[in-house]
Amino acid sequence: MSDTKITLEDVRKVARLSRLALDEAALAQMRGELSKILGHVASLNALDVSNVEPTYHAVPMNAPLRADVVQASLPRDEVFASAPKTEAGGFAVPKVMDGEG
Amino acid sequence: MTSQALCALSGIEIQKKVASGDVSAVEVTNAFLERITHQDRKLHAFLYVDAEGALAQAATVDRARKAGETLGPLAGVPVALKDNLCTRGVPTTCASKILAGYVPPYDADAVERLRRAGAIAVGKTNMDEFAMGSSNENSAFGPVKNPWDETRAPGGSSGGSAAATASSMASFALGSDTGGSVRQPGAFCGVTALKPTYGRVSRFGLIAFASSLDQIGPFARSVREAARVLSVIAGHDARDATSTTTAVDDYEAECGKEVRGLRVGVVADALGAGVDAEVVKATRAAVAKLAELGCEIVDVSLPHATHALAAYYLIAPAEASSNLARFDGMRYGLRKTGDDLTATYGTTRAEGFGPEVRRRIMLGTYALSAGYYDAFYVKAQKVRTLIRRDYDAAFKKCDVVLTPTSPTTAFKLGEKTSDPLAMYMADIFTLPPSLAGLPAVSIPGGYSADGLPIGLQLTGRAFDEKTLVRVSDAYERASGWLSRRPSEIV
Repeated sequence: MSDTKITLEDVRKVARLSRLALDEAALAQMRGELSKILGHVASLNALDVSNVEPTYHAVPMNAPLRADVVQASLPRDEVFASAPKTEAGGFAVPKVMDGEG
Repeated sequence: MTSQALCALSGIEIQKKVASGDVSAVEVTNAFLERITHQDRKLHAFLYVDAEGALAQAATVDRARKAGETLGPLAGVPVALKDNLCTRGVPTTCASKILAGYVPPYDADAVERLRRAGAIAVGKTNMDEFAMGSSNENSAFGPVKNPWDETRAPGGSSGGSAAATASSMASFALGSDTGGSVRQPGAFCGVTALKPTYGRVSRFGLIAFASSLDQIGPFARSVREAARVLSVIAGHDARDATSTTTAVDDYEAECGKEVRGLRVGVVADALGAGVDAEVVKATRAAVAKLAELGCEIVDVSLPHATHALAAYYLIAPAEASSNLARFDGMRYGLRKTGDDLTATYGTTRAEGFGPEVRRRIMLGTYALSAGYYDAFYVKAQKVRTLIRRDYDAAFKKCDVVLTPTSPTTAFKLGEKTSDPLAMYMADIFTLPPSLAGLPAVSIPGGYSADGLPIGLQLTGRAFDEKTLVRVSDAYERASGWLSRRPSEIV
């Protein structure tokens, strides 16, 4: 965390991981904003947390189990009503695999 | 009764009148719908007004009364719902272009519970896009105005719910609070705003922002109303694995009780540099008032609270980057077709999400990416442990912790939009309880010289919302702030 300088290449990589198609101007602006926020976040370096357990859930609880039984699902027509594109009783999506077809 | 007089009643009074047949739920609903038409032209608290659905629900309540059925604790009482709560058949957008036109096929658990209690859902309220923001200026559909001063922000992210409650366009409202999104707008708009303990209210049907922090909470003009709403929406729900089986208390029964002997913890650091002089003065006056009521005032310290902002801006964006991966243009909302699947994802998301949401997705993805996970994400979760321990120590000495809700009163629209970090500072007092999962409430604690509300935040032990209600209600009665309302918008 000591090095919070984020390069344009870092930003480009994170945008790709985030599936955000940002143009060069947006990437440059993002670099400036992220650098400033990460600069503030670096204040955590002042703390020694080597012997501290992380808190992933603030209120302790056990993962509950439920019976594995068939339950009613959502009405299909209502679900598909909000879909950008449907076909043959399913979501129509762009081609996922390369090649013919 | 005139419709203006109906809208001035509390939700408690409305329920009583509807249950006794003094007034019909349809009359009440029409009065509030008329008020929304009039007031919301300027405030823009609503993204969608469901007049037809509200009147149909009201008619159901009236039929039940005529049939001699026992009515629910919120029968005929109008509620406004933040637009990240799923409502069956009613558009739910999270104030984002990426969800424009989305109509959920189901109700959130909290919404189901409100309907069962007889509440009338009048509409969906404006918010910062995906609940990310402290001023409502991140809404893709334009900001909400503060009812006390239309040039100022209502706070965020639940600004529409806060403004709708403050201006009596609904008796009460629901919002969601991740790092202060119920409490801070509650403070800016001068209403009671409660974030329950993590797990107290089911998150089923709440569109997720940061799953380890998100909680649904009520806005109301009085503590008693907020307490009643909490009793209705709280409770175990198997559809949310983090929903607790801890019994729900009768929160309203805490109203009217004495507070003599209760210990109120005061944090000296929370009244120091960076906090408006008027906010400090009001908080000190509240401490004096609570002492007058017989509370014992004790000094407590939260030495790691200053690190809450940094920890939060790693944890919440990290969880958001994961949660918001589902918005890919395939199953609902916007789709912008590109050359291939990856391009379609990228274009849909870049065009569908606004600047603050894009920023947080990027920040979170960075914090979770290979090589940074331990240095950022795990470290932030360890700091969270230190903050929890601070509260554990504090609650050995006191029953509630009192701080301001926000370091300032409502700031001007546009004042902080160019500096994300300055905007994040609005949440410095609300973040520590969020990270610790604790219940906290913001209540009106006075007014600045220019007439803007000042919020006081009380934080309690996990699942001890009862004590928060008890102290808040006692203060509300003693302070007399309840009688102040924003002037009518004409």
